[in-house]
Amino acid sequence: MPRTFKEAAIAGIGATEFSKASGRSELQLAAECALAACQDAGVDPHEIDGMITFTIDNSDEIGLARCLGVKDLAYTTRIPGGGAAAAATIAQAMAVVNAGLCKYVLIWRAMNERSQYRFGQNPTNLSGYTGGHGTGSLLWCIPFGAMTPASWAALQAARYMHTYGITNRDLGYVSVQQRKYAATNPKAWFYQRPITLEDHQNSKWIQEPWLRLLDCCQESDGGVALLVTSLERARDLKQPPVRIVGACQSIPYNVEVISNYYHDDLTVMPEAIGTARRLYAQTGLGPADIQAAMLYDAFTPHVLMQLEAFGFCGKGEAAEFVKRGGIAIDGRLPVNTHGGLIGEAYIHGMNSMAEGVRQVRGQSVNQVKNVTHVLVSSGMAGAILGKA
Amino acid sequence: MTASSDTPPVSKPTRIAPIVTPDAKFFWDAADREQFVGQKCGDCGRFTFPPRPMCPFCHSLKRQEVPLSGRGTVHAWTVPRHPQPFGFKEAPIVAVIQLEEGIRMVSNVVGIAPEDMVMDLPVEVTFEPTMNNHKVPVFKPRAR
Repeated sequence: MPRTFKEAAIAGIGATEFSKASGRSELQLAAECALAACQDAGVDPHEIDGMITFTIDNSDEIGLARCLGVKDLAYTTRIPGGGAAAAATIAQAMAVVNAGLCKYVLIWRAMNERSQYRFGQNPTNLSGYTGGHGTGSLLWCIPFGAMTPASWAALQAARYMHTYGITNRDLGYVSVQQRKYAATNPKAWFYQRPITLEDHQNSKWIQEPWLRLLDCCQESDGGVALLVTSLERARDLKQPPVRIVGACQSIPYNVEVISNYYHDDLTVMPEAIGTARRLYAQTGLGPADIQAAMLYDAFTPHVLMQLEAFGFCGKGEAAEFVKRGGIAIDGRLPVNTHGGLIGEAYIHGMNSMAEGVRQVRGQSVNQVKNVTHVLVSSGMAGAILGKA
Repeated sequence: MTASSDTPPVSKPTRIAPIVTPDAKFFWDAADREQFVGQKCGDCGRFTFPPRPMCPFCHSLKRQEVPLSGRGTVHAWTVPRHPQPFGFKEAPIVAVIQLEEGIRMVSNVVGIAPEDMVMDLPVEVTFEPTMNNHKVPVFKPRAR
């Protein structure tokens, strides 16, 4: 294959059901969602020649390739940083297709993150913190009782919330809106189960006085896959092609995915600011060109800080933006229209990437009108998806 | 009744011992001796935390392990209510401490009730025991 620059597009999306107990192996979830993405695109899985996942995905490329009958794999890679990898997989797949290295790149993330192990509970295995996953500084948290993602996130959010006078009640508006989206999404775990601000305020403290239960994403079982190919090839496939207008990572100095306390200003997410700067420079687009956004919502403060980092509002203004309906379906910027990781499921951000694709295709259950560009962000990485 | 049952049993520390990496061993070894030390560059004199083999400013490999003042302020804090962190009988106050030397570390604030916690509280170092006979630096309120 001659290595000439090729525009990249997302041609297929696939998912398993989202549950709390899948009843089957993570590898099977991976195989099922991968097959679904290929079928969505109308591509024979034997033709996949690139595979990308997260460093912490437990399934081997080879094991999955053997399930799918992949004929000849040309490229594999894995992204560190836990859920920060979500949009980074798209950036990687884009680069590989741009470079002419692969025809069909499969991205997957599949896990039994509720029935088999739980991210939200105290760790039972400390070896994951010692390196290779971009989370090495968690070592410095564990002996002090900061043992869960919520505790690490609360330490990040505290300085931001304190500086701008954002209360836990203010965060509730994010949850209420996302559960409203989930309530009309049949795929969402919280389908038909919206919440009120009072429900949010009555939920128990997870991290006092910052985060309550309903500020936290779910723990879920399930798998999500994307199939990336050239824009030219995507035009001949089953679905409307979704162009990867731009995609990038940003990991500024002294920033780390979650034990992120060592950079200068804890009231901002420098990684999201860096992603925004790089993405806008790469695409020539800006906040005004984007009609919907899928923002990594492990915890509600992350949504606010990303809204600010990507320039949808000024510093410290995101809580008011959300309170005034800014992220609602008729707001300035509908956000996490599938319900997000809070409302739909926690498939490590990949289900939000898939919703970005649906919004561009016009296939979301909570479809935003007149979409031309959608931002998908996992904090340390982002992509702008657009119509072809 | 034996004589030993008259004295209350000494409760063993339940806090998880630090996970020691080669480049941070000096820090934890010093903590075991109740000394609070940090990494300073032997060439440009700047502090770095967490410890690392190379100075990110001048790329020197000369690491100096120097005593830190042990004074700082609370830059961020939280009380992990659920799940109760392993090894703690009561929910601790976890905090990001801004040290006088311009570096930050995650630790605990002890000797203060959660309802009395405020941002930028001045604190100073003290030590608490862990499982396996180690110690970790934690912080208590100090006069301004």
